[in-house]
Amino acid sequence: MATGIRDKVAIVGMGCTRFGERWNDGAEDLMAEAYAEALADSGLATKDIQAAWLATANEDLHVGRGGIPLATTLRLPYIPVTRVENFCASGTEALRGAVYAVASGACDVALALGVEKLKDTGYGGLPQRARGSLNALWWPSYTAPGSFAQLAEAYRARHGVARADLKRAMAHVSVKSHANGAKNPKAHLRKPITEQAALDAPMVAEPLGLFDCCGVSDGAACAIVTTPDIARGLGKRNAVSVKALQLAVSNGAESGFGAWDGSHVVTARIAARRAYAEAGVADPRRDLSLTEVHDCFSITELVTMEDLGLSREGGAVRDALDGVFDADGALPCQIDGGLKCFGHPIGASGLRMVYELYLQLLGRAGPRQRPDVRLGLTHNLGGAPHQNVCSVAIVGRLGE
Amino acid sequence: MSRDGTREQFGVTGFGVHVPRLRLDRRALLDQHGWSHKGLKALAKGQRSFADWDEDSVTMAVAAARGALAGQPVERRAIAALTLASTSLPFADRQNAGIVAAALGLGERVATLDVTGSLRAGSSALLAGLRGRSAGLLIVAAESRRAKAASPQEATYGDAAAAFALGRDNLLAEFLGGATLTVDFVDHYRASTALHDYAWEDRWIRDEGWLTIAPRAARAALEDSGVSAAEVAHLILPPGQPRVAATLAEQLGIPASAVRDGLDSRVGHSGAAHPLLMLAHALEQARAGDLILVIGFGQGADALVFRATGAAGTGAVVETALAAGRVETGYGRFAALTGSVERDEGMRAELDLQTPLTVLHRKRDMLLGLVGGRCAACGTRQFPKARVCVNPDCNAWDAQEDVRLADDPARVVTWTADHLTYCPSPPAHYGLIQFEAGGRLLAGYADVDPGDLSVGAPLRMVFRVKDYDPRRDFRRYFWKAAPLRGGEG
Repeated sequence: MATGIRDKVAIVGMGCTRFGERWNDGAEDLMAEAYAEALADSGLATKDIQAAWLATANEDLHVGRGGIPLATTLRLPYIPVTRVENFCASGTEALRGAVYAVASGACDVALALGVEKLKDTGYGGLPQRARGSLNALWWPSYTAPGSFAQLAEAYRARHGVARADLKRAMAHVSVKSHANGAKNPKAHLRKPITEQAALDAPMVAEPLGLFDCCGVSDGAACAIVTTPDIARGLGKRNAVSVKALQLAVSNGAESGFGAWDGSHVVTARIAARRAYAEAGVADPRRDLSLTEVHDCFSITELVTMEDLGLSREGGAVRDALDGVFDADGALPCQIDGGLKCFGHPIGASGLRMVYELYLQLLGRAGPRQRPDVRLGLTHNLGGAPHQNVCSVAIVGRLGE
Repeated sequence: MSRDGTREQFGVTGFGVHVPRLRLDRRALLDQHGWSHKGLKALAKGQRSFADWDEDSVTMAVAAARGALAGQPVERRAIAALTLASTSLPFADRQNAGIVAAALGLGERVATLDVTGSLRAGSSALLAGLRGRSAGLLIVAAESRRAKAASPQEATYGDAAAAFALGRDNLLAEFLGGATLTVDFVDHYRASTALHDYAWEDRWIRDEGWLTIAPRAARAALEDSGVSAAEVAHLILPPGQPRVAATLAEQLGIPASAVRDGLDSRVGHSGAAHPLLMLAHALEQARAGDLILVIGFGQGADALVFRATGAAGTGAVVETALAAGRVETGYGRFAALTGSVERDEGMRAELDLQTPLTVLHRKRDMLLGLVGGRCAACGTRQFPKARVCVNPDCNAWDAQEDVRLADDPARVVTWTADHLTYCPSPPAHYGLIQFEAGGRLLAGYADVDPGDLSVGAPLRMVFRVKDYDPRRDFRRYFWKAAPLRGGEG
């Protein structure tokens, strides 16, 4: 019987670059920057790293294929390096690889690094990617905003929400994330916005306006993980540990079987349920201190609050407007600015989320530090609502 | 001859038309080009149809053919042959009729043929089919005509398709006789490598063409049919210059009241499709026993004579197609969609769209016929057809049989209007659709006006261009979902 990942692996060092339009830095610069911070934080040396995972989603735009770009950039000592891609959950996938390697006893110290250099395309928004030889012949050429916009009308129909009310709740989600991002020196977008500005923004994909969409950024983030014993040996007190790491991947039922109404994300509910069980979380709204969720679009954050069981079904609109998820609310969401304002270099995002929780758990979050942080959740959603990869991770402190 | 010695009746057993929803108010052409082409003032009346970015002669042929088959008492497999007539076929060497047949699900035993090279292609294909008297023949004519900016043709041309099923039973119109004249009268031409026509003077075309060649073919056809001109109730002549049809009627002795509206104020001249479009319109309005004379003109002339049985005169399919329109009063969208201006389409349009032809062949039923799977174990309909059933409570292996979804009604599950993705006519509409009888897919929406889409709104499937690959001059076809409007379905 599997016992899960809870407290089997400690995170002893993390790094994250400033996210943004890093016109004069390539992916190699970003990888080195994030790694240098993590390595210094850990107290380890490169020779101690025994296996590494590299996460990128659009590798053809920057580093190219395979594990070689990470090995050559960091001059890793001929260790196993594996490149992973699982849409927007890629960063969390890298962490999963590293954590599972340590938990299995196959190695003592492992590295997870995610990077994306998106601003070499020549245009705004995420680049259109090749989608497979058959898919391309029949899938509509949908974009990320277009695919997540699908949630909005289905959600409205399911819960009888007026368009204006949903637009206002979505605007509040973005206003909140901009306020948080403004306080984070590493965030891409650092200007507060007003609700009216969000409502008046140009339409990207009905009903999502420009301010309902997250930033497209360059950046990297990384984590060095090891066993609890080695962490203690490094002098880490109350080391941050992984409590749960779950992944759920669509099998085509949502898009191919007539049971799903498009108003929620099936995989998120499954991944969350498994993660709560793995971490021993009985009541997430009570037990979690903070969440970093995949707010690629404001509507995604609203729906995710319900999928994670943090709002009742149909209740996220009210909760968001009531400020429950604001920085000073009962359960802050994206206190670092989120994908919306910290930015979304795809391969790095999952690790960036864990980075913020790591800082908060260690009391190192500066002006945005929340009191009494015990347990935090990260959530990534890659693909489209009708067919996606969803990861949920929970982190806390060893032994707590 | 039948057993009692009388000639067995043969003729039209079904018809359908397609007129693109997009219409250009011709005043837009005068507004745009009037500074240099004052003569356009005379043409700046009424509307012309034009194909949306995802319509071409093949997709319009499919739409018209589906209409012709809709009322058929016979199974589609009874269609033994399909002829596609057009001067604007997308492929010069890949049989266009074969694409139409695949989209219609006619099966591999259907005999297909492209007929092209003249505006007479439609009427000649119809005449040849009627003379062959072989039942189960589908004749489809479709045009998507291009014209140079500021040319008279930009105003007078239109896009449309019409289809006729031929056979012996349950006739809507009986074929009485016909005639053809072949004269290499070059009123206009288009070289095989050219995009646009080159035309000679109108007055010469009228006097030496329409009023000289067409009457000879008409007289021969009336003689072949044993019909006198005075009996003709519907004279069908594609639109050209003012009063040509009336003058021709007078020359022949056909009553002036028989001259039918050339549809130039609603459609324009839809080339090889036009005589067939007008014939469909006439059949819809004809009374039992009405005699119809159809003239097709182009390097000679065809003339065909029919007697309406009255069986078709109940619906309003043609009128609905002629009426349903989204009128553009500006030149911009028309010019962009017809290729008259080169639009900056942004870097997202640079995505390489090479089509692996091996995949296209392997999945031809799925892609051209919208054939999915029905699980024999649990009955679940699904798209695409898969090795393992999508029903989580079944997941049976290799248990699926083919099921064609193209003709089934569906509803909107989700939708959006995407302004970011590349689309020749933004925004792109797409979303998840659910078939009433089971099965769903993420589909592009076609023919959408603002406000058309909402969760649960009814849809019908239409065959359209999915993508163009400009680097390789290829186009991908697939099915889209269109909002169901009054009179359709």
